[in-house]
Formats: sequence, C-alpha cells, structure tokens
Amino acid sequence: MTKPIDLRAGAVSLLILVTFLLAWHLTVSGGSGVQKMDPEYAKLMGITTTQGKSAMPGPLDVGATLWGHLKDPFYVRGTNDVGLGLQLGHSILRVMAGYLLAMAVAIPLGFLIGMSPLMSRALDPFIQVLKPISPLAWMPLALYTIKDSGASAIFVIFICSVWPMLINTAFGVANVRKEWINVARTLEVGTFRKAFTVILPAAAPTIVTGMRISIGIAWLVIVAAEMLVGGTGIGYFVWNEWNNLSITNVITAILVIGVVGMLLDQLLARLGRLVTFPE
Amino acid sequence: MQDRYISIEGISRAYPAPGGGVTTIFDDLWLGVARGEFVAVIGHSGCGKTTVLNILAGLDVPSSGVVVVDGKAIEGPSLDRAVIFQSHALLPWKSALGNVAYAVASRWPKWSRGEVSAKAMAAIRLVGLEHAAERRPAELSGGMKQRVGIARALSIDPKILLMDEPFSALDALTRGTLQDEVRNICVETGQTVFMITHDVDEAIYLADKIVLMTNGPGARIAEIVVNPLPDGRTRNDVHRHPAYYPLRNHIIDFLVTRSKSFDGELAAGRPWDARNPPLVNPVAPERAPLAPVPVPAGPSGEAVEAGPVLTQAQRRRTT
Repeated sequence: MTKPIDLRAGAVSLLILVTFLLAWHLTVSGGSGVQKMDPEYAKLMGITTTQGKSAMPGPLDVGATLWGHLKDPFYVRGTNDVGLGLQLGHSILRVMAGYLLAMAVAIPLGFLIGMSPLMSRALDPFIQVLKPISPLAWMPLALYTIKDSGASAIFVIFICSVWPMLINTAFGVANVRKEWINVARTLEVGTFRKAFTVILPAAAPTIVTGMRISIGIAWLVIVAAEMLVGGTGIGYFVWNEWNNLSITNVITAILVIGVVGMLLDQLLARLGRLVTFPE
Repeated sequence: MQDRYISIEGISRAYPAPGGGVTTIFDDLWLGVARGEFVAVIGHSGCGKTTVLNILAGLDVPSSGVVVVDGKAIEGPSLDRAVIFQSHALLPWKSALGNVAYAVASRWPKWSRGEVSAKAMAAIRLVGLEHAAERRPAELSGGMKQRVGIARALSIDPKILLMDEPFSALDALTRGTLQDEVRNICVETGQTVFMITHDVDEAIYLADKIVLMTNGPGARIAEIVVNPLPDGRTRNDVHRHPAYYPLRNHIIDFLVTRSKSFDGELAAGRPWDARNPPLVNPVAPERAPLAPVPVPAGPSGEAVEAGPVLTQAQRRRTT
C-alpha cells in the first residue's frame, strides 16, 4: 500500500504548488492601472512603477530568470555580475572548508570527551558557554585577527558547525553499549584498535546525525556571513540583488539556496544510512 | 587437596550504602575449580553471582581477595578466559563470521586474513551455522545469535570458558539444543567451564559440581553439590536416573528455603568453613547406586523435542 499513498501525496503536493503559484500570479498581476505621478518621480522609481506593475515579480518572471541562470550559470561579466553557479560554488567551497575543519577538530575531541569522564567534565563549562554564541558574533573578531574576509567566513562556518558534531560525537562515544566494550576488553583489544573497531562503528550513527545537523546550520550561516563579508558567494548575491532592487533575482536565489541545502542534507542522510546498523 | 586450576580466594564485594556504611553483596568466597571441570553457580538474583563471573573474567575487581588462575593472580581480562555473555553481545555491524573473526584476529594478531577466516569458519561450523555465516546479527534468531557467541568464545581456544546465564534469553526448545551442543563440545574438548545459571535442570544436566549461593547481601557459598549423575548422561534420560530427583529436590529445597535460612543454620551451630565449603552428595549411597542406569537411547534429534516437555512435567510433579 506504499505506492498509492506515495502517488496520492505527490498529487496533493502538486495541487498545493499549483494553488500557491496561481495565487502568487493573480496577486502580483492584479495591478490598478497607471498611477498618476510626477514624471520626474516616475523616472526615479523605474519602469515597474510607471507601467503600473507591482514591483513584486510573478512566478513567470522568476521562472524566466531561473531558466536564464540555469542556462548560463558560470559567466563572469565583471566583479558584480557573476553567474549564479559560480556564486554557489564559492559558498559551497567555504562551507566545505569550514565544515571539514570542524570535523577534523570535533570528531577527535568528541572521542576524547566521550572516552574520558575527566575531560568531559573539564571541557563542559567551555562548551556550554561557547555553544550558544551566534556564529556571526565571532565575525568582527575573526576579521580583526585573521585580516581576511574569505578566511573569516570559513572560520564562522567552522565555529557554527563544530558544536553539533562535537556534542554528538561525545554522546555517541560515551554511550557505546557496555557489553560491546566488554567484548573488546575480554579479547584484550588495545585502546586504538578498540576505538576504531568497536567505538567508531558503534557511535557512527550518532556522529553522522551531528554532522547532518552541522551541515544544515553551516548552510544557514553561510548566507548571513557572505552578506557581511561580501565579494562572492550566494549570500553576497542576495544582498547585491537587493541593492539592485532585483526582487526576481532575490527570489531565485532563495529558491536555489533551499534546493542546495536540501541536497546537502540528503547527502548526509545517505551517509547516515550507510553507517547505521540494524540491531 | 584437589587441583585448583581456578582458585577464588576470599573475594568480597561491597558498595557504599545509601544511608552511609557499606553493603556487602558477598563476602569471603572461596572456591576451587579443577582443570576440565564444569562448575555451575546457582543462586537467587542479587547474590552477586554475575559479579563473581565478571571478576573471573577480569571485567570487575573484588573489594578484597584474589582470584588465581593457573598459578597467577588475574589482573584484568585475558584471552585465556573467554566469556559467553547472557545477551550474546555480538557487534551488530559485523556478520556472524566477522564477529568470530574479530576474536580470532585479536587472539592471533600476526595471522593472515586467510588463516583468521579459516579458524573463524571452523568455529562457526562447530556450532552448525555455516549457512548463516555472512548474515548480520539482526538477521539471526536468538538461538543463532547465542551460537555465534559460543563460536566466538570457543574460536580463541580459551583455557577457561565463562558463561553468564548463556541460555536464559532463549526459548525452551532452542535452550535444550544449545545445552546439548555445549555439553558435547565441553565433554569432547575437556574444557574448564564456570557457568552462572538460575535454571536447576540446566545445572544438573551440564555441571559436574553445582555451587549453591545464599541470598545477598552477605551472600556465601553454602555448599558445593557434587553431581552424582553419570558422565554419559543425555538430556532425555537424565530425569530417569534414580539420583536425579534427590539431587533436584536438594537444590530446589536450597533455593526455596535454605538460601534464606542458611545464616540461621549457621547460628544454630551448623559446622561450616568459608574456606572449604562442604562438598555434598545429596544421594545416600545405599539408596542410589552411582552406576549409570540403562536407558533406551533415542536418536539425538528426538532428545531436542522430548527434553523440555518432559522437564516441564517433572517440574509440576516435584513442586
């Protein structure tokens, strides 16, 4: 009975999408004719106002713009006119760099915390204080000390994705079933071999859950970080198009951010399925 | 004095009690196990029998006293002492063969992959699981999982096998079959075994000596019952032996009343020495000869089905 419910759910999804697009289209196109205004002012306000159209683009405009970006994602026509694909590429590279750094720190440190009750207690106050800090609050400090906006953005990604991974790794490692540890002990397995052959596989599902939370947060934060540091990236693109008053491009970018975020999440979900074991 | 291959020497275990002071779970336990002997410890929950086994395994340490194995005091776990865990404790991300191979590779780290795999497969074959070697624990039944646990313990050629209620999580039929297999393997290889159980029939069928522990806290070894049944016993004739009921009744009487009242017996002046718990043969020699009673032996497959059913009937008659 899974196929029919999948089909039915798909039909409902499609219905919701069509209703939404239609409502959007009708709301935006329902203009009240050309308003009378001073020609000087009209000139300032641009073409949308003078033609009596709403400044809010309709779904067709967004679709056309999106299609344009998809047809040619990698062009460079000057510093402020770079293809959406390249902007996304910059963002993904920054996220990956910060994220991999965070993994390299969080997973070994999480192992240490999980395996040593002493270190767990000793590091707990630092984690408790550092974890709730908004990653963007680190930005000025990063800019001042690193003196490079790109590296600062990577640092912000690092600092926001390190906590879920650290906490989940420590939790997963500390909660490995006692009997599995006892098996390793009765077999006189050394500490390192035990860590890699028993604790790591046992904690892997929890660790990957942490990694999945982290990639989600990192993708949320990169947009805000790039709005601050500027230059390149999808966050900068959004802010730049806002300054251009191109709402069409802003909406297009929002859509693309959502889709890329979903793909990153699915990637980690797939990794999670690989390391999960049935009990 | 008998050969003491395993020698438990005055171990005790105490925890700080909630209201101050200490709770002594068991105190001053002395027990010797000879090479090749199968010893079962029976007692109620809370008498600390699992803790005794964990101390033997090296997973736990006694509050006082030592355990000497083969002339050496034990310090932590050892590959010489294999444990069969109550909950099988298989690593769920490894196949049945992988679980056994992990133990083999730990025992002989210098072996090649092929040698490890061959040795592991031999252990899997011993417990009759060659058809399921590549399956993961989640795809195995409870009995098959415990078989893998047994194969893992046997694969490392341990000097001593420690079993913590190994069959208690299994249904009666599976339990019977596995008991037969374990008994065959242990008799054939002359394995020294220390088993914890709360199943009287299991202890009677498998063990050479049955250690009776009183209730905790302050549990003691009240006595050691020598199993008078012949070595050639099988599960479908064991209950027909004249010594079976006296033995069974003695153990059940102990569990029902004497495990609680034993301290009273001591206070009433019963001679008892913690260092040498009395060896008891519950069968008076004039009443039951120790010679095996001829019993028509059925095919071994029959034993599996008939055993637990009969034991159930017996249980009703005795209680």
